[in-house]
Amino acid sequence: MSDLNKSTLLEIINLIKLKKISSLEITNHFIKNIEKSKNLNCFITTCFEKTIKSAKDFDAKKDFSGLLSGVPLAVKDLFCTKNTKTTAGSKILSNFIPTYESTVTDNLWSEGAILLGKLNCDEFAMGSSNETSFFGNTINPVGKNLVPGGSSGGSASALAANLTPATIGTDTGGSIRQPASFTGTVGLKPTYGLCSRWGIVAFASSLDQAGPMTKNVEDCALLLEAMSGYDEKDSTSINKKKENYSKNLNPKINGLKIGIPKEYRVENMPKEIDGLWKKGIDILKNSGAKIIDISLPHTKYALPTYYIVAPAEASSNLARYDGIKFGYRSIKGKNLIEMYENTRGEGFGDEVKRRVLIGTYVLSSGYYDAYYLKAQKVRRLIKNDFDKCFKGVDAILTPSTPSSAFKIGEKSNDPISMYLNDIFTVPVNLAGIPAISIPAGHDSKGYPLGLQLISKALDEQKILNLAFAMEKSIDFKQSFNRWWE
Amino acid sequence: MSIEKNQVKKVAKLSRISLDENKVESLSKDLNSIINFVEQLNKLDTKDTKPLSSVIDKTLEPRNDKVNDGKIKDEILKNSPDKNEDFFIVPKVIE
Repeated sequence: MSDLNKSTLLEIINLIKLKKISSLEITNHFIKNIEKSKNLNCFITTCFEKTIKSAKDFDAKKDFSGLLSGVPLAVKDLFCTKNTKTTAGSKILSNFIPTYESTVTDNLWSEGAILLGKLNCDEFAMGSSNETSFFGNTINPVGKNLVPGGSSGGSASALAANLTPATIGTDTGGSIRQPASFTGTVGLKPTYGLCSRWGIVAFASSLDQAGPMTKNVEDCALLLEAMSGYDEKDSTSINKKKENYSKNLNPKINGLKIGIPKEYRVENMPKEIDGLWKKGIDILKNSGAKIIDISLPHTKYALPTYYIVAPAEASSNLARYDGIKFGYRSIKGKNLIEMYENTRGEGFGDEVKRRVLIGTYVLSSGYYDAYYLKAQKVRRLIKNDFDKCFKGVDAILTPSTPSSAFKIGEKSNDPISMYLNDIFTVPVNLAGIPAISIPAGHDSKGYPLGLQLISKALDEQKILNLAFAMEKSIDFKQSFNRWWE
Repeated sequence: MSIEKNQVKKVAKLSRISLDENKVESLSKDLNSIINFVEQLNKLDTKDTKPLSSVIDKTLEPRNDKVNDGKIKDEILKNSPDKNEDFFIVPKVIE
């Protein structure tokens, strides 16, 4: 069975379809891996009894019509799962058992997948290292004291450590792509509106998007196909025909024009990342793509814009945690207002409090125009930069992150240095366009690094094709001696 | 611009978040560094720029006004920390 640890999602699906392995056998394989890997702290909740029952049901019915027939999948604990605890990494939701299922996870189960468990994440997806989770740090299998990135850090670690054959995360400012880069895996943030936000614990509603995290590009195309689609329950869902990303995957990228934005050459960027970027450019050139220098002049304003828009939306979204209808309630307080204050004071962690306070401040009377309105205007300038560039290029190539995985505790005392981690990923969320991060190599310490491909809205097929072509040339290899077991 | 400690307390009050007195100092330091960071935006001239509140380029369509669920009282009450038959229980509001 040891080969199963090298198997991709697609290979596992084929093994099940060819009846070389049953859903129960593959499920037991992953359960065994999970039980041996508690040191990584990837999971907040497991529901093995339910998982095994679903696998047995699948094996009895033998319905292979779904895209993900019989495959167990763990998901970020930001997706509401009916009758299975959903915490968003927060104390305030530590006892919350949804009575409904998120649309995206429902899509996975409709395609035959089985819930394996709920994965650790930064509290309310606010963080870039998984250190803000109420349920403790997740460890990156790449190194004992390394963060997996965030906020989908549990998802990235579980995938890299083979505790799930693929997974899904959410990306508000880089929360899929940055952890994918830190763990040597593939992560895609779709166009805003491609995947339904219904039933996902909300952070910043104009930026949040769910997306696939996988071992390779083929798996990524397949999982995106399974999870995406119009949903009338999400008013910002895009109503269009479903795409066959996996069937249309094509590494022929001859003649495509790739933009290289000069503004992403930031100060103090490690030489290795610059080197990897050049390697990526060469690979694309050799595959027949045309490289074009471009400018996205407002890039440096993306992070400050994000740190107004996202906290503002978060402060509104998180107003619902009042200790009355669901979630944690403080027993302290003489009256209703004190109960609210104590519930939220005890229930939220430090980073969430910082962001709710910043959000409340920038929205408060007298400051709204100076901060929030200003940020919305700069957001338009950032989107205009991309719109203009995509008149001349098919896609944009950049590094995914300005560094490789850092040590636990290294940045947790300085919010700004933590925020700077998302410098290459945030602009894409502000513009609502898709981007994929693929593993591209290692730095001198042996830690993985990623490259990012960006396209205009709804051009996921193009960046998947480009990533597919690059993946073949890069031939990234990663294996662990499973030191954590 | 800088946020004074009493302003931090005011914003916390607006946000309905109780703060430990001994954390106000470090929190106001953090908030100030974030506010200083985002104030870079003032370098940009945005006089003629329209604010962007959504990247979805359409007006939201009204949906048909029809009942699509209901009779889920028990489900709604299920996760409440304190309830009594058909009601959420809250601390006394009216003296």
